[in-house]
Amino acid sequence: MIHLTIDGVSIEVEEGTTILDAARQANIDIPTLCFLKGVNEFGDCRMCIVEVEGMRKPVTSCITKVAEGMVVHTHTKSIMDARRTVLDLTLSNHCKDCLTCIRNGNCELQALAQKYNVKNITYAGEKNTHEIDDKSPSIVRDFNKCILCRRCVSTCKNIQEIGAIETTERGFASCVSTAHNESLNDVDCTFCGQCIEACPCGALHEKDDTDRVWDAINDETKYVVAQTAPAVRVALGEEFGNPIGTNVTGKMTTALRRLGFDKVFDTNTGADFTIMEEATEFIERFSKGENLPMITSCCPAWVRFAEKNFPNQLQHISSCKSPHQMFGAIIKSYYAQKFNIDPKSIFVVSVMPCVAKKYECTREEMEVDGLRDVDAVITTRELARMIKQHDIEFNELEETSFDDPMGEATGAAAIFGVTGGVMEAALRTAADVLEGKSLDKLDYEAVRGNEAIKKATVNIAGKDITVCVAHGLKNARIVMKQIEAGEVDYQFVEIMACPGGCINGGGQPIKNSKTRSRVDIKKLRTESLYTIDEKSTLRKSHENPVLKGIYSEFFGDACGEKAHKYLHTHYSAKKKYDF
Amino acid sequence: MIKSFEDLEAIRNSKRAELDLRVNSNYSGIERHILVCHGTGCTSSNSEHILENFNNLIKEKNIENVRVVKTGCFGLCSKGPIVIIRPDDTFYSHVKPEDCEEIINTHILGGQKVERLLCKDVDGSVVNKLDELPFYKKQVRIALKNCGVINPEDIDEYIAFDGFKALQKVLTEMSQEQVIETILNSGLRGRGGAGFPTGKKWDFVRIETDPEKYVVCNADEGDPGAFMDRSILEGDPNCILEAMAIAAYAVGAHHGYIYVRAEYPIAVNRLRIAIEQERAYGLLGKDICGTGFDFDIDIKLGAGAFVCGEETALLESAEGKRGQPRVKPPFPAHAGFMQHPTLINNVETYANVTRIINQGAEWYSSIGTEKSKGTKVFALGGNVNNVGLVEVPMGTTLREIVFDIGGGIPKGREFKAAQTGGPSGGCIPAQYLDVSIDYESLAEIGSMMGSGGLIVMDDSKCMVAIAKFYMEFIVDESCGKCTPCRIGTKRMLEMLTKICDGEGEPEDLDKLQKLAQTVATASVCGLGQSAPNPVLSTMRYFRDEYEEHVRDKSCRAGECKALSQVTINEELCRGCDLCKKVCPVGAIEGDVGQKHRIDQSKCIKCKTCVNTCPFHAIK
Amino acid sequence: MDGENCENCVAMRAREETLEMASKYPKAKDNLMAILNDIQVKYGYIPEPSQAAVAEYLDIPLAEVYGVITFYSRFTTIPKGKYDISVCLGTACFVKGSSDLLERAKSKLGIDEGQTTDDQMFSLETMRCVGACGLAPVFTVNDKVYGNATVKLMDEVIDELKNQG
Repeated sequence: MIHLTIDGVSIEVEEGTTILDAARQANIDIPTLCFLKGVNEFGDCRMCIVEVEGMRKPVTSCITKVAEGMVVHTHTKSIMDARRTVLDLTLSNHCKDCLTCIRNGNCELQALAQKYNVKNITYAGEKNTHEIDDKSPSIVRDFNKCILCRRCVSTCKNIQEIGAIETTERGFASCVSTAHNESLNDVDCTFCGQCIEACPCGALHEKDDTDRVWDAINDETKYVVAQTAPAVRVALGEEFGNPIGTNVTGKMTTALRRLGFDKVFDTNTGADFTIMEEATEFIERFSKGENLPMITSCCPAWVRFAEKNFPNQLQHISSCKSPHQMFGAIIKSYYAQKFNIDPKSIFVVSVMPCVAKKYECTREEMEVDGLRDVDAVITTRELARMIKQHDIEFNELEETSFDDPMGEATGAAAIFGVTGGVMEAALRTAADVLEGKSLDKLDYEAVRGNEAIKKATVNIAGKDITVCVAHGLKNARIVMKQIEAGEVDYQFVEIMACPGGCINGGGQPIKNSKTRSRVDIKKLRTESLYTIDEKSTLRKSHENPVLKGIYSEFFGDACGEKAHKYLHTHYSAKKKYDF
Repeated sequence: MIKSFEDLEAIRNSKRAELDLRVNSNYSGIERHILVCHGTGCTSSNSEHILENFNNLIKEKNIENVRVVKTGCFGLCSKGPIVIIRPDDTFYSHVKPEDCEEIINTHILGGQKVERLLCKDVDGSVVNKLDELPFYKKQVRIALKNCGVINPEDIDEYIAFDGFKALQKVLTEMSQEQVIETILNSGLRGRGGAGFPTGKKWDFVRIETDPEKYVVCNADEGDPGAFMDRSILEGDPNCILEAMAIAAYAVGAHHGYIYVRAEYPIAVNRLRIAIEQERAYGLLGKDICGTGFDFDIDIKLGAGAFVCGEETALLESAEGKRGQPRVKPPFPAHAGFMQHPTLINNVETYANVTRIINQGAEWYSSIGTEKSKGTKVFALGGNVNNVGLVEVPMGTTLREIVFDIGGGIPKGREFKAAQTGGPSGGCIPAQYLDVSIDYESLAEIGSMMGSGGLIVMDDSKCMVAIAKFYMEFIVDESCGKCTPCRIGTKRMLEMLTKICDGEGEPEDLDKLQKLAQTVATASVCGLGQSAPNPVLSTMRYFRDEYEEHVRDKSCRAGECKALSQVTINEELCRGCDLCKKVCPVGAIEGDVGQKHRIDQSKCIKCKTCVNTCPFHAIK
Repeated sequence: MDGENCENCVAMRAREETLEMASKYPKAKDNLMAILNDIQVKYGYIPEPSQAAVAEYLDIPLAEVYGVITFYSRFTTIPKGKYDISVCLGTACFVKGSSDLLERAKSKLGIDEGQTTDDQMFSLETMRCVGACGLAPVFTVNDKVYGNATVKLMDEVIDELKNQG
C-alpha cells in the first residue's frame, strides 16, 4: 500500500493507482476530458494536471502513478488558472452551438465550462472548419465539435482494432479523420458506434431518424408498429434518472403507445424465431458437417466487418436475418395477412441499442416482395428524446405489456442482448431438438461473462460440440483469423461487435468518463437481462406458443422454403475502402 | 574482415604514415593532398564539380604524388567552397570549378600560391595558412576533430586517426561499470538540449533487467539554422558509430538505430557507407574483433517533423507512427523503443565519447566550467561576418564567439541580440555579451544551450518579428497532441501577428505573457514547454519594442511592414530613375534627373527599391 | 480506356511497384516510414494506390497510413510541379531576408506556399534549413541551391524557367 497526501487528506491506496483514482477514492474530484479508463489514457487534454511537491512541472494525474509520501495539490491557484486557460483554448476552437447540439445537457465540455464559470473566450481566434459527414445511414461526424481528445480513435483502433478513424494532419490542423477524409460510409467502419459512446461532446452521433418516425406516426394512412430489442429495456430508464440497468419494460411499452404507435411488439419474439431458424440451420450443417463452424448473424456491425475483412469466409455465417429484420418481415406478411392490413401501409420501427441496425435495415437484401422488412431504426437514445419531446413523465407511467398476438417471448430471447446470450439460447433449443426431449439444463455458464473469447465443449446427444463466443471486433478478428487458418475446430461461434454485447451497443445511453471509471455499466445491464431470463416462465425459444402457432399457420417448417423467403438472407464480399 | 584488434592496428599504422601530411606541418615529403570540402554548404555551391575537375586535371597532366580528397566541413561555410592544400595549409576560399586549373598550374606545379583565391579575413588581410585565421584560434576541436581532416567515406582514414582505439579499450580492458564511471567522471552532459548527465543516463539503461535493449542516436537535428550534427555525420560518421558501440557495450544493448532526417541526404549516404564498411570489416555485427560482443546499427529516416527531436516522439516515429511525444514517466531508459529499455543520445554527445575513453575523464573534465565540461559546437549564423561551425570550450563568452571568432557584425551595424537554442531558446541582449556560455548561465538569462544554433541579430532586426518568426515555426511543427501547444501556440502567433500588423492593443501584451506561461507549464513535452521561450525572453529584454508596436504603432527596426514606411531621402536622390523601373507596383513617381518620391498608398514595402538604389537614398 | 494510361492500369501499376518496394523490408510496422520514404522519392508524392498497398503489406489500417503521411511534412499526397521552388525559412536565412523571397515568389507565381500552378509547372514550398547557412538566404529549385539570393535573382530564375518551359 502507498501512503500519500492529497489536498491535506492522508490516504492509503494500492500500489499502481493513479493520482486521479487516488484522489477520487478520497472524494476529491479532478476534472478530465480526454481520459477514458482502459481506453484512452494519454494525458493530452491537460485538464487533470495537479501539483506534486518537489516536481518542477505540473503532473498529469490521470496516468501518473502514486508514490510513497507524495504530496499532491489538486486545486491551487496556478493549477486552476492553467486549467481555465486550457479550457478557454479548447472552447476557442469549438463550435459553440450548444443549444442545438445533440449532446446539450450530456456534454463533458459543457459541464466543465459551466463548472469553471467560463463567461467569454479570452483567446478567440481562427477556428478549424470541417464538412459534416452524414453520408452513412448510421453515424454522423461533425468535427467542428471535435476537441481532439481522441477517445474515439482509441476506441476504434485499440478496443475494436478497426482503425477506421485516426488523428491526421499536424498541429493546429490536426483532426480526427478517416483515410483521405472519406465518409465513414465508404471506409472500413463497421458502424458499431462505440466511438459515439466514447465522444465527450457532439462530434459523433447517431443519424437521427426521429423525424421520420414522427412523420409516420402523424400519417393517418400508416399503421405504425414499434418493436424493441432486449437491451433497450435495461438501459432506457437511465435517460430518465433511473439506476443503470433498471428494467423498465412496462413503462417503455406504455410510453411507446403514448407516442402514438399503433402496436408495440417485442423483438424478443423475433429473437425466438431467430433461434428456431438458427438452431435448425446449425443442426443441419452439423449433421452434414458443412460450412462449420457456423457463425451467428444477429449483429450487423459484425456482418459488415466480415464482408469487408473476411470476404472468403462468408459461408460460415448463418443465413438467418437478425431478430428485428425477421420480425419486421413477419409483421408485414403473417401479421398483415392475419389482421387484413395492407402491408404497404405498415411502418415498422425498431428500437435498438445499436446504430449499425440503421444501416442493416437499409441493406438491399432486407426486403421481401418489394416490402422493406423494417422502415426505420431508432436507438435507445432517440426513443428517450421522443419521450421527452412528448412531455411524458416516464417514471410515473403505469406498466403495460407488449401487444398480442405477438407479445410473448422467452427468457432465451432476452439474453440475446448480452455476449454469449445467442449461443446459450441456441444451445437450449439445439439440445432439446437433438436429444428429442425437453431437457432440464438451461444455464450454459461457460458462455457467460466478460471474458474476451469464451470457449466450451458441450455434449449433446452423445456428440461433442465445441462453441466459441467472441465480443468486440478485436476478438472477432482473432477468432476469424484462427478459423481462416484452420487452427481451430469450432462448430458454432457467436460474434457480437460491441464489447459485452448489445447492452453496450453504440445506441445506448452515453455515460461520461467518470461514470465509466466508477461503475461497471456492462455488468449492471447484463445482470438485469439475466434476471429477466430467470424470471421467465418460458426459457426456451422453441417452447414459445406464439412461434408454434405462426409456424403451423404460416411458415411450415423451420428453415423451410417459406421461412427462407422471409427469414433468411445472404452476404456478399464488400470492398474495404470504397472510393 | 578484421578478426582481431591486431589486424586493426596494422591498418592503422600503415595508413597513419600515409596520412601524416594532413596533420603534420613539418612534413617534408613530396606528397600533396588537395582537400575539397564536401559538407552540405560547399556541396550546394558546386564543390563536387571542383573535385571532379581536380581529378581530371591530375589525370590529364599525369601529375604524381598528388591526391584529391573529399572531406567533411571545415567550419567556415561563408567562405565556401573551400579548398585546402596540405601540408602547406593553404586556404582557398570561394573557389569555382574553373579555378582548378590555375590552382594546379600555379600552386601544385608552379609552387606559387594563387593570391586571388586566398582567404581574406574580415579586415581584408590575406590569410596564408588555415590556423592564422582568428576564426580557428579560439576553437578547441574535440567533436569536430576529424571534420575536414579525413575522407568520411574511407574507413581506413578514420582508423588511421585513432579510430576504434576506444572501442578496443572498452571491449578488452573495461567493465560496463568502468565505462559508465569514466563517462560520468568526464562530466559530459547531453548536447541535445537539457544537458542531462550522460553517464547517469547510460547507467539508468544498464541497470534495467530486460535483455532486449537499444541504443539510439538522435540525429533529427531540426532547429532552423543549426547544422552541427549534420556536419559531424558528414565529416566523421564512424566516430558516431564507434561511440554507439561503446554505449551499447556499457548498457548491454546489441542493436542500435540512428534516427536521421531524410532531408540530410549527404549525411544519410555517408552513414550508409560507414555502416557498410564497418560491417565488411567486422566492426559491426556478430563477435566484433573476436571479443564475443555483438552489435549492429540500422538507419531510421525521419520525414520532416521537428518534434521528432524530442526523444519520445523520436521513438514513436522510429516505430512507424506519428511522431507524437509520450507523457513521461516512463522514461525511455525504462520503456523506450518497442517498450524496451533504450538509451538515446544526440550526435554531438556521442561525438565526445571516443575522445573521453582514449584520453580519460580527467583530461575532458579539465576543459570547460565547473558544471559544464568539455566543448560545445555552435552553428554560427545570421548577421555575423564568419558564418559557420565553431567548437569552443564551455565557458567561452558570447562576445568571444560573435566578435573574435565570428568577426563581428557586417556593414558596421550594431549587435542587438543573439538567439541560442532555436525555437526553444531565447534571445540574449547585448548586456549579456560577457556571460559565460554554459548550461546554467544560459538558463539563468532565459535562454538555453539547446542543440547549438547561434543566430546573431543586428539592429535592423525587430524583436517582435523575431518572436513571431519562431512562433510560426512552432505552430508549423507542433504535433497537435496536447491542447496548450496545439491551440495555445496558434493563439500566441495570432496575437504576435496582430501586434506586428499594427493592430495590437496594450492589453494584448499581458494576455500574451499569461498565455505563454500556461503553454510553458501545461504542455506535455519539451517542445511545448519551451515553445514560449522566444516570446518570453524577448518580452523580458525588449519589452519597450513590444510597447512601441502596440502603443505608438511603430517598429523601430522598420521590419514590420505595416508599421514602417519606405521613403526616399531627397538629399541623396540623384534622379537616376532606377527605383521607378524596379518598383513592381508603380508606386514611385518622378522624372529622370528629378527627385523621386514614393506614393505610400501604393507601396507594398517590398524594399526592392531600397536594395536597388545606388545612392542608398531609400530607407 | 486508352490502354496503358487508363486510371485502373495506373493504379494497378503503382500498387505493384509499391508492393515490390515494400518487399525489401520485413513486414513489421516500424518499417512504415522507410517504405513511405522510398515511395515519396520514387514518385515525388505518395499516390493513393500506394497508400493502400502499404497498409495491406504491413497489415495496418489505411487511416493509420494516412495519419502518418499527413503528419510528416516530407510526405505529400499530391504530385508537385515540374519545378519545385523551396524557400529556406531557417533562422539564418530568415534573418537575412528570406521571407521577402517567399513573398516575391508567391506574387510572381500567383500561388501560395504548398500549392502548384495550374499548368503543373511550379510548386512553391518553404523549408527549414538546407544547411547552406553560409550562403543565406537561399532557395532551391528541385535540387539546385541558389545562394545569397535576392528578390531580383528570384525573378530571374522564375523567368528563365518559364522560358525553358
